[in-house]
Formats: sequence, C-alpha cells, structure tokens
Amino acid sequence: MGLSSIDWVIMAVYFAFVLGIGAALKRYMKTSTDFFLAGRSIPAWVCGLAFISANLGAQEVIGMGASGAKYGLATSHFYWIGAIPAMVFVGIFMMPFYYGSRARSVPEYLRLRFDEKTRGLNAISFALMTVFSSGISMYAMAKLIQILHVLDGPFRHLGIPQTWIFHTGIVVSALVVLSYIYLGGLTSAIYNEVLQFFLIVAGFAPLVWLGMKNVGGWSGLKASLDPSYTHSWVGMADPHTNRLGVEWFGLTMGLGFVLSFGYWCTDFLVIQRAMAADSMVSARRTPLIAAVPKILLPFLVILPGLIAIALPTQVAPPLATYQNTGRAVPLGRGLVPVKVDPTNNQPILDQHGNPQLDYDLAVPNLLLHYFPTGLLGLGLTALLASFMSGMAGNVTAFNTVWTHDIYEAYIRPNAGDSHYLMVGRLATVFGIALSIGAAYLTTRFNNIMDMLQLVFAFVNAPLFATFLLGMFWKRTTGHGAFFGLLSGTIAAAVHHGLTMPQGSVASIKGGWLAVVHIYPSEMAQNFWTAIFAWVICFVVTILVSLMTRAPDESHLVGLVYSLTKRVQKDDLPWYQKPVFLGGAVLVATVLLNVIFR
Amino acid sequence: MGLDIRLPIGMLFTVLGMLLTVFGFLSNPSLYAQSLGINVNLGWGMVLFCFGLFMLYLATRGRIHHTRLQQAKLKGKEPPC
Repeated sequence: MGLSSIDWVIMAVYFAFVLGIGAALKRYMKTSTDFFLAGRSIPAWVCGLAFISANLGAQEVIGMGASGAKYGLATSHFYWIGAIPAMVFVGIFMMPFYYGSRARSVPEYLRLRFDEKTRGLNAISFALMTVFSSGISMYAMAKLIQILHVLDGPFRHLGIPQTWIFHTGIVVSALVVLSYIYLGGLTSAIYNEVLQFFLIVAGFAPLVWLGMKNVGGWSGLKASLDPSYTHSWVGMADPHTNRLGVEWFGLTMGLGFVLSFGYWCTDFLVIQRAMAADSMVSARRTPLIAAVPKILLPFLVILPGLIAIALPTQVAPPLATYQNTGRAVPLGRGLVPVKVDPTNNQPILDQHGNPQLDYDLAVPNLLLHYFPTGLLGLGLTALLASFMSGMAGNVTAFNTVWTHDIYEAYIRPNAGDSHYLMVGRLATVFGIALSIGAAYLTTRFNNIMDMLQLVFAFVNAPLFATFLLGMFWKRTTGHGAFFGLLSGTIAAAVHHGLTMPQGSVASIKGGWLAVVHIYPSEMAQNFWTAIFAWVICFVVTILVSLMTRAPDESHLVGLVYSLTKRVQKDDLPWYQKPVFLGGAVLVATVLLNVIFR
Repeated sequence: MGLDIRLPIGMLFTVLGMLLTVFGFLSNPSLYAQSLGINVNLGWGMVLFCFGLFMLYLATRGRIHHTRLQQAKLKGKEPPC
C-alpha cells in the first residue's frame, strides 16, 4: 500500500500537535500533584472524554471490530452490559470515596481503608499489569504498521532493511508517548487522550458512513447477514443458540457484573482520570459524561466489523501478506482474510480443517477498501492515536502507582515533593523502557504473554468484591480484604485449571489440573471463572472479617458509606446532577438493548 | 490548568480540515472510485474544518469569560454573567 504526501502531512501535523501539547504544558508542572493528578484542576467534560479514551486503545478499536466480524452485534454487550452500568455505579456511589478520601491512587485508597499489605498486593500487581499492557499495545502497533506496509516505500527509498520497520514502530511510538508524558505528566496524557478521542471519531465516522451506504443501510446489512449477526439478545437463553457461546446468566453476572464492575470501578487507569477533576461533583460526573459517547461507540467500532464481513468476498484480499508466495490462497469472508501462520505462510486450520479467519484485519482492511489517499492518512492517524492513548493511559497510571505506592511507600518515604516529581518523571522513562522489553518478549514468546494476561485476569476478577465490601460494610477488616483477594485469585486459577472450552485440549486454555467441566466457549469459561473468583473473595472476606478485630470507626470516616456525610448540595441545574445523568444514561442503554435485541 | 484544551483541538481540526478540503478540491475525481464515487476528502474536510472553527470559537469565548472573571475578582465585584 502506498501513502502519498498528503497522508504523510496529516500524520506529521498530528504528531506535531501531540508533542506541542506536552511542550506547552511543561511550565505548569511544578509539584507532584501537577504531574500525577493534573493539579486536580481539569473540567468534567475533559476528564470524561479522557476516561473513555484511555480505554479506547488499539485493543478496543481493532479488537471490537474483530469481535463485530466474528460475533456480530452481540459484541455490543461489552458496552451496554459490560460498561455502562458500572460507569454509572462508580460515578454515583464510589467516586465520593475515591475523590473525597484525597487518596492519590486506588492502591492508596486500599491502604487508607484497609492496611499496607492489601495496598502492596494491589500496587505491585497493577504496576506489572500496566507495563505489560502498554508493551502489548506497542507490539500490536508495530505489527500493524508492518502488515499494512505503511513504511515499506520510504524504507526501500532510504535503503533501510524492511525488518527494521517493526523496531522503528516500537521505538518511535515509545519516544512520542515518553516525550509528552515526561513533559506534561497526567495533564498532557489527558489532553492528548481528548485530542485522540476526536481524531478517532473523525477517522471512523466516514468509514461507517461509507460502509453503511454501500451495504444499503441497516436493512441492507441485515439482509446480507445471517440473523445471528444482527441481534444482541435473541438466542441468549442457551449458549448453543448464539454466536458468543454464552447463556444470559453467565453474560450478565460474569461480564455485566464481575468483570465490568471490576474494571470500571477499581482500575486506577480509568479512575485516575476522574481523580484529576477540579471538584467532587466533576469527579462524579466524569464517568457519567464518559458513558454518553460510550453508549454510541458500538456504532463506530463494532459496525465496521459487521460491514467487513457483509461485503462480497474479495478474490484477492487487499491485505494478504502471503500473496507473494505463489500458493493458492483460500478465500476469506467479506474483507476478512484467512489467518496465516507467519513461519510457513500456510493457512491456519481449525479443528474441523477449515481455514481460520484473521478477524483483526477486518477494520484495517475496511479502511484500505474505502478510503482514498487523504482520508486514508486521517484513518491511519486515528489508528495510531488509539494505540498511543492506550499506551499513555497505562504509563501515567504506572508512574503514579510506582512513585506513590511502591517508591514512597517502601523504598524512600518522607522525601521532598520535588524528589517525587523527579521520580515520577524517571518512572515514566523506566516504565516505557519496561514496556519496550515487554513488547519484545511478546514477539519472542507469544505464550508467555497469554499466560501473563491469564494471571492478571485471575488477580482482577475478585477485586470488585473487596471494594464493594470495603466501601459499603464498615466491619470489613484489612485481614479480611487481603485473604479474600488471595483466595479469590486462587479460586480463579483453580476453576480455570479444572475446566476447558469445548474442542480444546488441556493447555493454557484450561484443564491443566483435571477436566471436571467443559464450557461451550472460551468466553463462557472466562465469565464463569470471574464469577467463581468473585463469590469466593466475597465470602472469604466476610468470614475473615468477622473472625478478626473490627476496625476503628474513627479511621474510616470518608472511606465507608455509612460513616461518611452525604455529598453536600451543589448548585447544578437538575439536568446536570449526577443522579439525573446516570438515570438518563441507563434508560438510553435499556432502549438500545430493546431496539437491537 | 493554564492551557484550554479546546484551543489545540480547534487548531488541529482547522488545519486538518483545510488540508483535506484543498486536497479534495484539487484531486483527480478517479481517486474516488473506491469511496463510492463521493469526494470524501472535500466533504469530510469541510466538516472537520467547521468543527475546528467551532472549537476555536468556544476557546476564545472561554478566554474572554475567564478574563472578565479575573477582572471582576480584582475589583471585588460579582462576576458578570
């Protein structure tokens, strides 16, 4: 694929702005609060857009398009069930404690509410997770640049070997993110996330418009696809009658409750954006404002996947990396090509001997299919922006947790503010260096990364039980929280080790202890692993709390619901109040679920 | 924070919109066979340009409001609405 000069100019303009924002903010970074918490001075709408943008990384833009092509409209559950209710809950019920406690991070809240060991457990696992997530993002971006052949021409022109494209992708993205966070801290990350949000909309809206026009609108799309692609709830009574392979209970409890609340209500990556808000009411409104575009995102990121699969199958997929091998290439479906093993250029087959499809290429292929030069530059810039916002979100969360919850807590307490500011800047460099390491680790050992993600899933699954009990039951003790979390994580691992998705063999996919149950799909297994972890954590936390000495209530004011004064009255008009906003968002979500059932 | 985010957003989209509009205007119509015969560069470029201008307008209005607020604070009066 060749890019012309207009595409390069668009990319260059964008990068100039990204770095310019960092440079412009440098002079405001005087204290560690400026650097780590954006001076707690950001208006609610900016925090709100950053709140979803930090999550709108590549995994979302490429991954949700891929899921759209694979599972169809049921992918919208990841938004309408798997995000919105939790975002409303965190805004209305939990934010008063995060923001009101003046904790600087989620692990710090855990120290204030429980004890040092619970904070340590959360801080260390979270720091590791952010570094690896940002590494995976970096890897995915470099891989995409390579697959799209964006840099092939210029590299050939300059006489640089093509194998360097991957390294260049990693180093350049790392340097860009590093410079703007190093200069402007969290403010810079937030500002760039907002910029990236608008850019992603600007790059994807015309894609959806052209695609929908081409397939004949919603009715045309429905006509050209099997009905299982265009319904979100029909067939959910039984795992065998829907594309996800999950039944409604596993979906609503596993995804809608445990995983979704565990992510949106406890993950510091997103909570940090709300903590940067300029007031309590702004902090509460942050996730609610974020929920408004979040409800609409499926139309921007899932629809392209559906369009890609609905289009007539291409004889020669435009993105066939294997097209020069001279072998007969099996057709893909729509614009989605067949998955090819990079080591031998052979199509990868499933258990029935049919070629597997490479759904991750659905969205990039659609961009190449519709966008002429000019708009193509904008579309690719939007993709790059999404990779970088995902990376930057992880890096700012990492530098804060590292500085406040690991360095200040265990390595050097009581140093001056300027010292911690410097440590935060160094942690940015160090965190990005570790991410680069993680990205290369992924290229070498793909399984290690799968395993790490699995371990993180085990650690995260029970978290929401701990926060729920901690915030709403004053009797919860530090020992209860700590041992509850540990047993929840162990329960997740044991459940995973004892079960397996259908058609799989005992491996990293499960069943490595013994097989006592087989789930109809990997997704069902994941959801049920989360449900088990949550229930065990919940029960163990309660039991251990009841057996240990009750915490001193005077220390829990501002941290626990029953011991905290209700948020004072604000002078917002009724339509801007958090409760009204939350209610409106929930009603809209229910309506969308009904319309697209 | 001292920098109003609407300013860089406005500037970026004005520039990008302008680039796409001009390119769309000058480019060869055969380029648009793949985009269903629609000159998307021209059309979408103009949309982005207008969005950029709107953000710049909001940023300017915000700045004027902020200055008035500061002046009012200095004089110890109630801020004008």
